[in-house]
Amino acid sequence: MDLFEYQGKDFFARYGVPTSSGVLVRDPQAAVDAAAEVGFPAVIKAQVQVGGRGKAGGVKLVHNDAEALEVATAILGMDIKGHTVHKVWVEHASDIAKEYYVSFTLDRGVKQYLCLLSSEGGVEIEEVAKTHPDAIARVHIDPLEGLTDAEAERVVAEAGIDEPARVGVAKVLMQLYQAFVEGDADLVEVNPLIIKTDGKVHALDAKVTLDDSASYRHPEWEAYRADMELDGREALARSKGLNYIGLDGTVGIIANGAGLAMATLDVVSQVGGRAANFLDLGGGAGADAMANALEVINTDEKVQAVFINIFGGITRCDEVAKGIQEALDRVNLTFPMVIRLDGTNAKEGHEILQGLLSDQIRVEKTMVGAAAVAVELAKKGER
Amino acid sequence: MSIFVDENTKVIVQGLTGNQGRFHGLRNRDYGTKIVAGVTPGKAGTDVDGIPIFDSVKEAAAATGATASFIVVPPRFAADAIIEAAAAGIAFVVCITEFIPAKDEAMVASVLRRNYPGTRLLGPNCPGIISPGRCNIGITSGDIALAGGPVGIVSRSGTLTYQALYELSQKGVGQTTCVGIGGDPVPGTNFIDCLAAFEADPETKAVLMIGEIGGEEEEKAAAFIKEHVTKPVVAYIAGVTAPPGRKMGHAGAIVSGGHGTAQGKMDALREAGVVVALNPTEAGDRMVEIVERL
Repeated sequence: MDLFEYQGKDFFARYGVPTSSGVLVRDPQAAVDAAAEVGFPAVIKAQVQVGGRGKAGGVKLVHNDAEALEVATAILGMDIKGHTVHKVWVEHASDIAKEYYVSFTLDRGVKQYLCLLSSEGGVEIEEVAKTHPDAIARVHIDPLEGLTDAEAERVVAEAGIDEPARVGVAKVLMQLYQAFVEGDADLVEVNPLIIKTDGKVHALDAKVTLDDSASYRHPEWEAYRADMELDGREALARSKGLNYIGLDGTVGIIANGAGLAMATLDVVSQVGGRAANFLDLGGGAGADAMANALEVINTDEKVQAVFINIFGGITRCDEVAKGIQEALDRVNLTFPMVIRLDGTNAKEGHEILQGLLSDQIRVEKTMVGAAAVAVELAKKGER
Repeated sequence: MSIFVDENTKVIVQGLTGNQGRFHGLRNRDYGTKIVAGVTPGKAGTDVDGIPIFDSVKEAAAATGATASFIVVPPRFAADAIIEAAAAGIAFVVCITEFIPAKDEAMVASVLRRNYPGTRLLGPNCPGIISPGRCNIGITSGDIALAGGPVGIVSRSGTLTYQALYELSQKGVGQTTCVGIGGDPVPGTNFIDCLAAFEADPETKAVLMIGEIGGEEEEKAAAFIKEHVTKPVVAYIAGVTAPPGRKMGHAGAIVSGGHGTAQGKMDALREAGVVVALNPTEAGDRMVEIVERL
């Protein structure tokens, strides 16, 4: 789960990482009141889950009520790379002496955590890596050892952090590391991490991705989840435990397993069609998951045909077939379906499907063959 | 020969008394795998369809001489289960559990590296391993595999592993071993481990590799193939049409900042002399052509 900046700052605060306090608002007048409350000069920041909002005009400094109203009116409702701004964060402008960059993530190849610290912040780290590679210190952290104070101090020196800021930056590194590990984050990134003119070190931004698999040990994440902005159908799918991503084609896709779902998208594209969605039922999906998936796709008016591509492993084909039957009983499905079913309990699954076959429900033997039929039906567009 | 397991491999199932454990453990036994014990704390002395249950891996291994373990436990118990197996001296651990927190996986990797270098972990979040006609540990349906070689399969995606097996078997091409390495952030066994083992296995004459978008494991595999693999390799990378920036189910399957694209991976593999197919069926067809020429 990717957090909004304001959520990331709340997350940081739990682990003692210093950030600016501020106010989250949803309309321009509230932004004016918030700016007065935090004190001018204030910064109004668009809350969107996409990078480059500064360049897009989504972060602005304001000095008085009139400016705050004008800026908040402009930013709220703005489109930033396809994301509509529904919320802005208002905080007091910090007196910045110097900007740095820091992040913690998992280096999959090395199977250890990776900390990146740079004395050049406020710009894209990929750019710094190209132009001033010496300004970036990288350190791998063995999960069993953790980040020690001595190591944090060494990294700070290696990155060329200015002398007066070193103690403060090392301390923030330790706090961020704690947030990363205990907070079960896949990524924590601060750009910029600033030293203020009063010498204090402070996270001016917060980019945090939480590990969804660790949700069970973080009941406090529920509040973050409740604030997520999802496309209506994505929210519906999530509430039913399905892994769904909306796309813009006409062929609805249901598959089990992320890899097979991706391959299904690929094959549909190769036979001349376009997928309306990615939908992975997940491992061990029962009849209910299949019925829910069909229900979710049924709400997508773009969909002209659905391709159900199942290869049973832990998922059992008879359960899948029962789910299709259940969905037909429960919902008025208005699109044709092409089904391809192989693997665990495929024979039992096909026996159930035999009783359902009609113009609306067809079975094909191969993945490519089924894709071709589904694309052809979608092109007819008779739904 | 097969890699990592064979017809003599004795296997215990951690979580045999659970729903999934029972279904897949018994199915593996029906396939002919030597499933010799189950482990569920507190259930020692009972049995699952005649398979004795022990309280700990250590006791189960001591009583049966098992050298492999199949872990089918919920995510919050999986890390401890893997370490317990390694500590009991189990050499080959297959963990199919999905949704283990990444921090737990990183911790397990570190513990194995330091304390139990003799243990190979396959997974987590993988379909397991099957050497057709000899041994099946995991959740793969045995009837889609075909014994007699000559192809080794290694795949990062679960269901595509089955698809790959199926494509070859339908065309009468058998497999030596099929390894599903899983799509999680910290896989215990990677492409290179499997490619090296297939290269060393005299029975394996060609390798089918299934990758997917995200990360750089396929690029590293390409570099390894170029240097060390003399056998023909066919590859398919899932996610050619995946939109950037969206996580496609697996934690690993994401294209970010132009990195991890299917195109980049396919280019690296082609450059290493690998035959790259655009879908699983085509990959099967290309492999059949190669096998016919062997």
